Amino acid sequence: MEVVTFFAQVFDSTIRLSIPLLFACLAGLFSERAGVFDIGLEGKMLAAAFAGAAMAAVYGNPWLGLMAAIVVSTAFALVHGFASITNRGNQIVSGVAINFIAAGATVILGQAWFMQGGRTPSLTGDQRFTAITLPFASELRGVPIIGEIYSVVLSGHSILVYIAFFMVFFSWWVLFRTRFGLRLRAVGENPAAVDTAGISVAWLRYRAVICTGILCGFAGAYLSMSIGAGFVKDMTAGRGFIALAALIFAKWRPGPAMLACLLFGFLDAISIRLQGTPLPMVGRVPAQFLQALPYVLTVVLLAGFIGRAIPPRAGGVPYVKER
Amino acid sequence: MVQAAIELVGINKSFGAVHANKDIDLKIEKGTIHGIIGENGAGKSTLMSILYGFYQADSGEIRVDGRPTTINSPDDAIKQGIGMVHQHFMLVQNFSVIENVILGAEGEALLKSSLAKARSELRRLEREYGLEVSADAIIEELPVGLQQRVEILKALYRGAEILILDEPTGVLTPAEADHLFRILAQLKEQGKTVVLITHKLREIMAITDNVSVMRQGQMVATRKTGETTVEELAELMVGRRVLLRVDKGEARPGEVRLSVRNLTVVDSRGVTVVNDVSFDVRGGEIVGIAGVAGNGQSQLLETISGIRQAKSGQVLLNGEPIDVTGNADPGELRDRGLAHVPEDRHYVGLVLPFEEYENSMLGYHDRDFYLRGPFLDIEAIRADARDKIEKYDIRPPNERLKTANFSGGNQQKIVLAREMEKDPNVLVVGQPTRGVDVGAIEFIHRRLIDMRDQGKAVLLVSVELDEIRALSDRILVMFDGRVVGERDSDADEGELGLLMAGVESREAAE
Repeated sequence: MEVVTFFAQVFDSTIRLSIPLLFACLAGLFSERAGVFDIGLEGKMLAAAFAGAAMAAVYGNPWLGLMAAIVVSTAFALVHGFASITNRGNQIVSGVAINFIAAGATVILGQAWFMQGGRTPSLTGDQRFTAITLPFASELRGVPIIGEIYSVVLSGHSILVYIAFFMVFFSWWVLFRTRFGLRLRAVGENPAAVDTAGISVAWLRYRAVICTGILCGFAGAYLSMSIGAGFVKDMTAGRGFIALAALIFAKWRPGPAMLACLLFGFLDAISIRLQGTPLPMVGRVPAQFLQALPYVLTVVLLAGFIGRAIPPRAGGVPYVKER
Repeated sequence: MVQAAIELVGINKSFGAVHANKDIDLKIEKGTIHGIIGENGAGKSTLMSILYGFYQADSGEIRVDGRPTTINSPDDAIKQGIGMVHQHFMLVQNFSVIENVILGAEGEALLKSSLAKARSELRRLEREYGLEVSADAIIEELPVGLQQRVEILKALYRGAEILILDEPTGVLTPAEADHLFRILAQLKEQGKTVVLITHKLREIMAITDNVSVMRQGQMVATRKTGETTVEELAELMVGRRVLLRVDKGEARPGEVRLSVRNLTVVDSRGVTVVNDVSFDVRGGEIVGIAGVAGNGQSQLLETISGIRQAKSGQVLLNGEPIDVTGNADPGELRDRGLAHVPEDRHYVGLVLPFEEYENSMLGYHDRDFYLRGPFLDIEAIRADARDKIEKYDIRPPNERLKTANFSGGNQQKIVLAREMEKDPNVLVVGQPTRGVDVGAIEFIHRRLIDMRDQGKAVLLVSVELDEIRALSDRILVMFDGRVVGERDSDADEGELGLLMAGVESREAAE
């Protein structure tokens, strides 16, 4: 029974930890499938986290916070779009610039507005997205295994968690079952084919980066208003980059992206859980080693275990019509 | 009077200084197959891209079915019933056939019903035109012939009444090409208008009703195919240019320097581009390779200079084989006396953002002459560059100027000076005067003759027949990857033209 409880708790935190990755990964999916590489997921998430927490702190409403997060993140995405689609700039440089701007601007504005060393005021109670208890969760708690899974792992998350999993399905549906999705995937593979079919390459790519902005907004809002209770400097802690790794790992597909994010979340959860606990046969492992584990595994997985990940063929290349 | 499906009046288009289309008038009759023929760079593709809305003409008028119209985008062209099969297919490689067909013409926001509609429409087109292709096959797994069929289906699915095909047989095997022609004949029978762009005379004669000839951006003639001959078309295509004259003495061929034995090259698409080619070049002679562009000359040149991989066969330099696996060390080939003036000086021959003096020694930069210990001897390099500038009359005479700022002719002289001045014994030259002004042409020709007179072996590849005739001591003609004939330098131009068009010899033609 103890083992079941242990794993139920680990899986519970796996979900919590993988949600920001999942939103960001899906965000990257839209942009990169359309041929615009986006290394600025991290920055957009950070800016969204700040905007959401600031808005919620001032107006006391998490939904207003979410709106602000989405608006700010989308604005950053449009800057990236303007640089890389309209002006055909280098997409990596633009993405890096966005990361730097977000890291600096959030702290400066936070300090100027709230005077708490770049933090936003702590959010309390209904200023955050709080846990939702699914029906019968407490009644089923006593049922072995199934009850534990239902009440601990599945129940007790904020609305954003359920939205994230819905987004996996929704993204798949948009990409593979709609006209917009077909065109979006085509423009990332061969923009000339889209152009000669009489469709605007630029407008299509702009819509893709807007999707990216919206999803990064969710990712940031989750960080500062659901898993956390306010904005802290650099609170994304490289999750935007892990999400990119997950995206490659998943070969730019929504379903596998979810599994990849859950895997990274699981590694994170287990490393937190095992800190200070002696392992059988190995003994006590330094905390730093466990903290590094997810990143080490990321490198190992990406280097050897996924086979050849073929990115969208037109990825990173601005479309120039004149030959 | 047969109604015109398309009429172009006074079309002009320039790209920078290049006047790609000059005052083009063209009338294409409804329900016919109309060929547009001309050498590479004659402006055919530009003209068709204007018709398809990919480019906008600088001036002129387009009339579709007699109505003046403006075509500002491919979308406009599609609405006017114009479809295009591009030379490089506009397909999404990892999409299925049906996804490619509906892209841009989906109709509804959800794919389900558009896919169902497209599926039945594809079956209808398949029945009507013999365009069989599996709707769910993935494009990259299909042979090029079928990929092209998908392009045709895309156009027909959009309701094209006028179908433009740009060099459609360039990538096809002969059997696939024959099948394509049957499809085109079927389309014509159903009342569609077909425009076929090509540089292959055989195709024009085989299936077109009318043919228009373009040369150097101009429309030089339109004929009924039945009332013209391959000879007339070849002459119109190449043009009766002023014969270039180069004073040269008798060649004194010495020993064999470069020897090509049964060389076969297959390109990345799996097409055999050089097919069992053998020849020798002796010291003290210029051997010219003539042919319409795209018949394997470029690949032959690249293989000899060690850049491209051969499938089989050998290349001997001064009797010793060179590495033809595509991994040859160009530095080693240079040390063994092979100098290469590539066809494309911008991409292969020069680093355009570099200063002139840097390009004047690039590739030879590890010679002791340019070094002081492990470092480049910049002063020596610049002095050497100034020498070359004077000797080759490179203008402006400034070795510190960015190479991109020199004119085409002077850029070519920079490459020639670099390759000729290091005393090679075999010189392989591709298109030495492409995009070069008349004054520089004379100079370059003179230098090539000088090289010959010094006893060097010179292999010259050029699509300019006049140049080949003026310079070569022997002429080899390439067609479809093969050497189809060898002639002396005083060979009849008409006969060479026929060979270049793939007609084996005058006797065989009769």
